[in-house]
Amino acid sequence: MWLIKSSIGRKLVMSITGLFLIMFLLFHASMNVAAVFSEEAYNMICEFLGANWYAVAATGVLAAGFIIHIIYACWLTLQNRKARGGDRYAVNVRPKSVEWASQNMFVIGLVVIGFLALHFLQFWYHMMFAELAEKVGINVSLPDGIASTHDGYAFIEYYFAQPLVVALYLIWYAAIWFHLTHGFWSAMQTIGINSGLWMKRWITASNIFATLIMLCFAFVTIFFYLKSIM
Amino acid sequence: MDKNINITLKVWRQKGPKAKGAFETYKLKNVSQSSSFLEMLDVLNEQLVSEGKEPVAFDHDCREGICGMCSLYINGHPHGPDTSVTTCQLHMRKFDDGAVITVEPWRSAGFPVIRDLMVDRYAFDKIIQAGGFVSVNTGGVPDANAIPIPKKNADLAMDAAACIGCGACVAACKNGSAMLFVSAKVSQLALLPQGQVEAARRAKAMVAKMDELGFGNCTNTRACEAQCPKEVSISNIARLNREYIVAKLKD
Ligand code: HEM
Ligand code: SF4
Ligand code: FES
Repeated sequence: MWLIKSSIGRKLVMSITGLFLIMFLLFHASMNVAAVFSEEAYNMICEFLGANWYAVAATGVLAAGFIIHIIYACWLTLQNRKARGGDRYAVNVRPKSVEWASQNMFVIGLVVIGFLALHFLQFWYHMMFAELAEKVGINVSLPDGIASTHDGYAFIEYYFAQPLVVALYLIWYAAIWFHLTHGFWSAMQTIGINSGLWMKRWITASNIFATLIMLCFAFVTIFFYLKSIM
Repeated sequence: MDKNINITLKVWRQKGPKAKGAFETYKLKNVSQSSSFLEMLDVLNEQLVSEGKEPVAFDHDCREGICGMCSLYINGHPHGPDTSVTTCQLHMRKFDDGAVITVEPWRSAGFPVIRDLMVDRYAFDKIIQAGGFVSVNTGGVPDANAIPIPKKNADLAMDAAACIGCGACVAACKNGSAMLFVSAKVSQLALLPQGQVEAARRAKAMVAKMDELGFGNCTNTRACEAQCPKEVSISNIARLNREYIVAKLKD
């Protein structure tokens, strides 16, 4: 199977799963921005994304995308270290045209996973998971003052009122920003939709796109923090 | 004006493929800045021989930037700090008086060290043997002008054909990937009508050989094109990916 056995096939899996995760980020960012404008709209989305079969199925697909991306990331990184060989250069210089992110995608990815775990504990565990658990009679206790697993708005208000949480989330966004500035155009290159002129276009698009999407996330986070101290 | 400079060299010395290597430090006085880097190493070797020591082994042949034999990782750059030149075209005027110059071999599992600064790049020949050619039947030579080729493609093919197979791309790559080389060799033929007939088979065979030989997976860092002495572009890698993916989807 060439998606496993060939280097270009493995890279293709990396790029398709990566683009899929980007689509998800896009959706997630728009959903968050809705919270700034309307509590009802946001909670409606939260309810829709609760323990319904379609939301659970979509979560499964998303998790599969993540897991495949991460497994391939580990696999490619190990293979590449081996291809590099045991002896390392004594002097290393990074040429100007080489982005820092491009050489550190794995480390950035690990940072992303770390914060993802935190995010899951804070939100998903108290929301979709709690609701599912309830169905089989297990009770997950919610943070103080939050009555319902569907009250996403209350969760946002609760967590983003804490300066430490806000700071951690902003670091997380920065890590994803780095991953995306390289990842987006890199995926195009991997799929082969690239050439001389398009190279510059994709790289510019990558930077703009990563910045816009992460600004959306950061805006919502900071908005709710400011709201809490006003 | 070029002058004479005193330099300190830190050179990787390794007796053989299995031996453990280490840096040796040498001082060289009155090196003419007009000399090339390899001439400077010749002077070093004469000095070592006259001291009764083993000379440093390094690869070279044409010494005019066309054969791809010279290598060397100089101060963190394959083919040295100058851009778009091979080591044999690098001049000592790129270095100042008192400079400390670290010289290492290409370091990549695909290119094992033979001795000192010399590495085994036979892997590239094997990749070419796997498909980097156009099969021709003997017979009359077709008239070159009888096959129309768009100027754009002719130029792109020529740019790809500039690759001299030196291996600097692999040496520069943190993933030990040979994609720039392979993509140049696939592109120079895939862009021309004569090469298109076997394009799909060629892309598959060369990539399979490249993978089999243990070169890494390209993560598009672009270190290769930044260090390539012939400025081969990574658009060739995009073309190779495209050719390969389309060929596999058709299977
Ligand atoms: C927010 C979620 C993520 C998104 C949107 C994302 C997106 C992407 C994209 C688009 C690429 C480029 C693929 C290519 O070069 O063809 C990529 C590469 C990569 N990602 Fe992610 N990624 C995410 C999470 C992660 C995680 C959690 C890891 C875990 C370690 C990771 C590790 C990597 C690595 C190592 C690469 C480079 C691999 C290569 O180019 O061969 N990513 N990612
Ligand atoms: S692509 Fe450039 S660096 Fe790589 S082998 Fe060819 S000439 Fe050397
Ligand atoms: S010796 Fe021929 S290219 Fe340098």
